[in-house]
Amino acid sequence: MVEKKFTTISIPTALAEKIKKRIEGTGFHSLSAYVTYVLREVLASMEEEEADEAFTKEEEEKIKERLRALGYLD
Amino acid sequence: MTRGMLKKMSLPHGGKLVDRCRLTDSVEINRSNVLYVDRDRAEDIENIAHGVFSPLEGFLCYNDLENVMENMRLEDDTPWTIPILLDVDREKLLDFKGSDRIFLVNKENGLVAEMEIEEIYQVEKKKVAQKIYGTIDTSHPGVANLYGMNDMFIGGKITLLKEGRKEFEKYTLWPRETRVLFKEKGWRDIVAFQTRNPPHIGHEYVQKTALTFVDGLFINPLVGRKKKGDFKDEVILSAYNALIKNYYPRDRAVLAVICTSMKYAGPREAIHHAIMRKNFGCTHFIVGRDHAGVGNFYGPYDAHEIFSNFPDLGIIPLFFRSFFYCKKCGGVVNEKICSHSEEDRINFSGTKIRAMLREGKIPPEDMMRKEVAQAILSFDNPFVE
Repeated sequence: MVEKKFTTISIPTALAEKIKKRIEGTGFHSLSAYVTYVLREVLASMEEEEADEAFTKEEEEKIKERLRALGYLD
Repeated sequence: MTRGMLKKMSLPHGGKLVDRCRLTDSVEINRSNVLYVDRDRAEDIENIAHGVFSPLEGFLCYNDLENVMENMRLEDDTPWTIPILLDVDREKLLDFKGSDRIFLVNKENGLVAEMEIEEIYQVEKKKVAQKIYGTIDTSHPGVANLYGMNDMFIGGKITLLKEGRKEFEKYTLWPRETRVLFKEKGWRDIVAFQTRNPPHIGHEYVQKTALTFVDGLFINPLVGRKKKGDFKDEVILSAYNALIKNYYPRDRAVLAVICTSMKYAGPREAIHHAIMRKNFGCTHFIVGRDHAGVGNFYGPYDAHEIFSNFPDLGIIPLFFRSFFYCKKCGGVVNEKICSHSEEDRINFSGTKIRAMLREGKIPPEDMMRKEVAQAILSFDNPFVE
């Protein structure tokens, strides 16, 4: 059985209380579950913004040639 | 300048498009280190190598498998719901003793890959079945397939050395290619449609509804191992070509196949299908009723609900409920936007359409486009024997 790995993060108590109220009656069963959800969302959106172009010009030209040969590009 | 040129392409899953292709004309194989793989595994290898399964670089090791089962994520927290596994016969393992590299070969299509053995492990199949499929019932095709595998599994990175021959070369595009294609077309927002059937009017309605809000539609039929009575892959492609030619705006739809087997894992597979399309460069993914389901194993909208667990999925699901023709509305609608009763509704019954086509009849035009039906009927036998 793989050990589940967690770590502890400190947040202000007042904020924790606000979050607890916020998640009442939602699908979130704990403060940790909510914070994990939000952090995953934030990180994913940041990574999206930092994305670099994946191909060099040469690679792209080669791909375009194949796409033309297959009829996907004019 | 088109809108597509103003924004970078959508990010592949895990941040980077995997490329594990080192193709060569001369592959020297050490015969004692060969593991022959079936069609499903050969497809997995190509999908890993070409980035369809990014961020996977090989078959899962045990820790990743455990995390996929327990948390629907890889060990590094990346969402991943379907285990990609390589099984091996216990006796065969004796041949590999002392080797850390083996060759994976598919005799039928000539595919050759190299694999670094990182781990050999055993799994409790019942546990995998329960976690992934939500059942251990062997009447579930995914469970039956899992139980048919060997007891031992190998995890590790693969490198594709020789491509397998493709049945639909003309329609085979890899994520690198679709990403360039979408960019060239100036598409920024692209919706993907997963299918295993020729299109009826309901499918067209869903696709066009989604297309209204994005730049392009990526129709991506899943081809591969089929059941008796399913439509043949070439029939599905021909039917879609007829639909696109006659009813879609030029340059708004792309048709290409994805070669992978259905697992029938319902909600978990809906996530997997979305991830693959994200890697192709799509920003949206259509999820219908009972997506990737089979029998009554999953609730009709389980595949919608599961998406709420993944704020970091990186592709937007577009949920569609049941759609039908409403005699009072006078068109195709869905249960969210139609107030009329069941008596006014004509459901798109795949079984009914199939039965008519089997008899060589063209279904009514409010069920299926005439051109699509004609394309299907141009085949002597459109169904898998």
